[in-house]
Amino acid sequence: MIIRIMGEGQYRASEALCDELNQIDNRIVALVAEGKTEEYRAELTKLISEIKERGEAVEAEEILESDIIVPPEDLSLEEAKDVFSGSGIFED
Amino acid sequence: MGLISRMETVFKAKMNKVLNRMEDPRETLDYSYEKQLELLQNVKRGVAEVTTSKKRLQLQRAKLIQSNEKLEKQARDAVAANREDLARLALERKAALQQQVDGIDREIVELEKQEEKLIASEKRLSTKVEIFRTKKESIKAQYSAAEAQVKINESVTGISEEMADVGLALERAENKTEEMKARAEAIDELMEAGTLEDLTGGRDDIERELAKISTQSSVESELARLKAEAGKEPGKAKTPEEGKGPEEEKEV
Repeated sequence: MIIRIMGEGQYRASEALCDELNQIDNRIVALVAEGKTEEYRAELTKLISEIKERGEAVEAEEILESDIIVPPEDLSLEEAKDVFSGSGIFED
Repeated sequence: MGLISRMETVFKAKMNKVLNRMEDPRETLDYSYEKQLELLQNVKRGVAEVTTSKKRLQLQRAKLIQSNEKLEKQARDAVAANREDLARLALERKAALQQQVDGIDREIVELEKQEEKLIASEKRLSTKVEIFRTKKESIKAQYSAAEAQVKINESVTGISEEMADVGLALERAENKTEEMKARAEAIDELMEAGTLEDLTGGRDDIERELAKISTQSSVESELARLKAEAGKEPGKAKTPEEGKGPEEEKEV
């Protein structure tokens, strides 16, 4: 699966990694609904660092469309309400 | 509209604009390439803007540090002059200024992060644009208009997403630098006026008081020196032989 982290490029993620990312994504949805800013920020940071550490960076020479778009790390809780709702950014 | 929805909207709009524009699909490649080059120029300008904002904040920080050092010296002088009240005032103002410095430090760190990300985005886009240029020439050379359509869609979709992403990152960076600029301008104006009264209260009164103390003490020491040269004890009445009237006693 191709994941784009906004402003930071694209990564290839295995299915196993996507399953783990989906769990973090679901936690973020719950935290955003509860308005827990600090916990939400920590989970979003974790989601992004997991993709960077365990995904494989797509070379700049490749021109590909992404399957999933992950918002930037500085996304405010207010902005997150639009992004992390329902099933989040990863389909359950 | 959420950030990702906005990005998708921007990206689809860009793509559709490109793909539906030309009669001959191969011409869309040239049009898309032109748009990419325009965006690259904008990104370069955006990076320069962030760098300028960062330098400006660094200069401002240096000025505030200078003001801080001056207040520190004033506090020392006030202590030496046994004016704990003035020393306290100077130190209070120094603390208020330090808060401004800390705020600027945080902003500089944030701008540095943005600068790094934008530079990396510019490099990525620049590479993709170059790859796109090669692809488009190969598509134009090798395929008929109908066959080219599939290849064009693939290339345009990928690069449009990249362009939408970089475009939004640029927009966010611009919004942040605008906010910082407004605050920096307010501090600059106060500094140019030679005072940071709104942040720290006036400092002139401290300087006046210290100058007064310094003047008083130099007057007293000069007087003491003159009296010593004249061989007179302070407060002692002069003799009539010295051809002067009775000397007034002076408080030293």
